[in-house]
Amino acid sequence: MRHSLIITAALFATGAQAEVPRDFLARFEKEAGTAASAERGARFFTAKQGGEWSCASCHTERPTLAGRHARTDKAIAPLAPAANAERFTDAAKVDKWFRRNCNDTLNRLCSAQEKADVMAWLLSLK
Amino acid sequence: MKKLIALPALLAVLALPAHADNYSVPKHAAFQEECTSCHMAYPPQMLDADSWRAVMNGLSKHFGSDASIDQKRRAAIADFLVAHAGGRKTGGTRDANGKPLLRISETARFEKKHREIAAATWQRASIKSPANCTACHAQAAAGDYNERSIRIPK
Ligand code: HEC
Ligand code: HEC
Ligand code: HEC
Repeated sequence: MRHSLIITAALFATGAQAEVPRDFLARFEKEAGTAASAERGARFFTAKQGGEWSCASCHTERPTLAGRHARTDKAIAPLAPAANAERFTDAAKVDKWFRRNCNDTLNRLCSAQEKADVMAWLLSLK
Repeated sequence: MKKLIALPALLAVLALPAHADNYSVPKHAAFQEECTSCHMAYPPQMLDADSWRAVMNGLSKHFGSDASIDQKRRAAIADFLVAHAGGRKTGGTRDANGKPLLRISETARFEKKHREIAAATWQRASIKSPANCTACHAQAAAGDYNERSIRIPK
């Protein structure tokens, strides 16, 4: 109880930066100009697209579970917000990893549409 | 009562290796956040300053991964690594063309310490790569490479 009060207080203190996962879905949908599709997101996440890896190579096909880095074997905490409350709460972190991981899997940046679809799918996982 | 005394003693023992070992990683928030998400924290003492500069100048193509970060953090982490870099103890840290090595696992010191490990061992699925220190050094993330915590997986 004490802890949750402290955490809540901390969140308010940094109010300007704290975001919730749904904010990212809204942001990417707005940038894309169309509605997201969870089904497309699932396909995008699990399919290799010419490169050595898909998103699932490190985050698993079931991102409510912990993953492993495909090269280094290091454990990666679950990506789906339902399984990991820390995910998608910091815009700088989210943007940084979309940039890096899209580059590594697709050799290019992800489009706003692709990011919106991935968000819709991740948010649908329970 | 006995428990109350034992606990602080136990904590002190647990805390020891990280401080006693010269390979422990000094605290640095940006390094922790940016350099330990894809692999464990490699000890700054294990490469020399030129090698760390070269690693930090090539983050967008980092061993086949995009590890790029913003300029401010990049400079701060480079300063931290250079300040704690190893000196001559790291052994040869340049390749045949005189360029700084980027891998700890290619330095002369590393090769000397791991001379007895067969090439086939490094290839095991449970190990994957010499860079995967934690596969054999269970406490590597805490800077502990002592012989008693080594276990080579099958
Ligand atoms: C080679 C391994 C690897 C691949 C492939 C990969 N990721 Fe990641 N991803 C990581 C690591 C490592 C992290 C950071 C560690 C952590 O936060 O647990 C991360 C973090 C993220 C985050 C940060 C989320 C947050 O708020 O914490 C997002 C978003 C993400 N990945 C999306 C993707 C997408 C989309 C793909 C496919 C285009 C992908 N990843 C492919 C390894 C990978
Ligand atoms: C996006 C993932 C990622 C991030 C972030 C990352 N690295 Fe790496 N790093 C790798 C991969 C992949 C390897 C190669 C591992 C292998 O060969 O098994 C590697 C290898 C290394 C090696 C060589 C290990 C050896 O001796 O063979 C060093 C040194 C290193 N990284 C330092 C850093 C530093 C310093 C940072 C922070 C600025 C950093 N890394 C951030 C993915 C990453
Ligand atoms: C395949 C298993 C394996 C891997 C992977 C491995 N090591 Fe080792 N390492 C050993 C063994 C075995 C020894 C002990 C050699 C001996 O004493 O003859 C050792 C010894 C050492 C020592 C000397 C310890 C001492 O007390 O003198 C250091 C330092 C060290 N390793 C660092 C590393 C680092 C850093 C990495 C990752 C970049 C790494 N090792 C990866 C197996 C491994």
